Amino acid sequence: MDKLKLVEATQMKSNLPQFKAGDTINVQVRVIEGDKERTQQFQGVVIGRHGDGLRATFTVRKISNGVGVERIFPLHSPRLGKIEVLKVGRVRRAKMYYLRTLAAKQIRQKTSAD
Amino acid sequence: MSGILGKKIGMTSVFDDKGESIPCTIIEAGPCYVTQIKTKEKDGYEAVQLAFEEKKERRVNKPLSGHFKKAGVSPKKLMCEFRTFDISKFQIGTEIKIETLFSKGDQVSVSGTSKGRGFQGVVKRHHFGGGSKTHGQSDRVRAPGSIGSSSYPSRVFKGQRMAGRMGGEQITVKNLRVVQIIPESNLVLISGSVPGFNNSYVEILKEIK
Repeated sequence: MDKLKLVEATQMKSNLPQFKAGDTINVQVRVIEGDKERTQQFQGVVIGRHGDGLRATFTVRKISNGVGVERIFPLHSPRLGKIEVLKVGRVRRAKMYYLRTLAAKQIRQKTSAD
Repeated sequence: MSGILGKKIGMTSVFDDKGESIPCTIIEAGPCYVTQIKTKEKDGYEAVQLAFEEKKERRVNKPLSGHFKKAGVSPKKLMCEFRTFDISKFQIGTEIKIETLFSKGDQVSVSGTSKGRGFQGVVKRHHFGGGSKTHGQSDRVRAPGSIGSSSYPSRVFKGQRMAGRMGGEQITVKNLRVVQIIPESNLVLISGSVPGFNNSYVEILKEIK
């Protein structure tokens, strides 16, 4: 498996911030439209991290205009810009899927630091 | 057109220039050595015999060790003939590396021995639909159904698809693409999947455009 890791290591990012499920983060996504490039922000709660190595991904959930939106990002994708940790959540789960059924206030309570 | 021997390392995905994730198979291809050149005059056909992967000296029997000695190559585990090389360009004992044969973006086909599945029914082996779960059926869910007519022909036609051993045969996957070549470690990344287990041997052939 070492050779597999060798290949993956060439593209892996080393300067990623530490974050886990329950944290509130802001992700900058580079969007290419035609020949123009712009940055899109996606801010929400991390509800899980999946996989390891170059194929690792994470899911961010936010409520947009009253509709829950989830996006899965490849952690090492070159299309991702800066990942900023806004709030460290104190949670007891590695996968926060049950947040989907909760109201915004309960989510705040569940992921708050106190 | 040309080819090389390799060993499947495993699958992963990498990001291309546009940032898109491409699923690919890592193959350790070569270095291969030319151990024999078959000629039209002597053998009736033209081919280049390539050998791949080191083998311990004491594991080689006498006839084979003589064959390697003649070529001036250390003993190898696997040998294979390729009819697609221009034999006038090669000499016995020379080393062949991936970067000399392939470049990024090339179309290739990869052959190898597929994973053995054992004795399998028709649903898995030939993608039959099976029977109905409901409508009073009890044991027909994965059954093959009719295998032919009655009094004529009074036999089952040859080639009728039935249950049996599946996998473990030579499979060639065509129209794959070389994603990346890492010459220092003899690794080549090929888009998509490739037959066989990890650590199994494969042949990579360049496709004619």
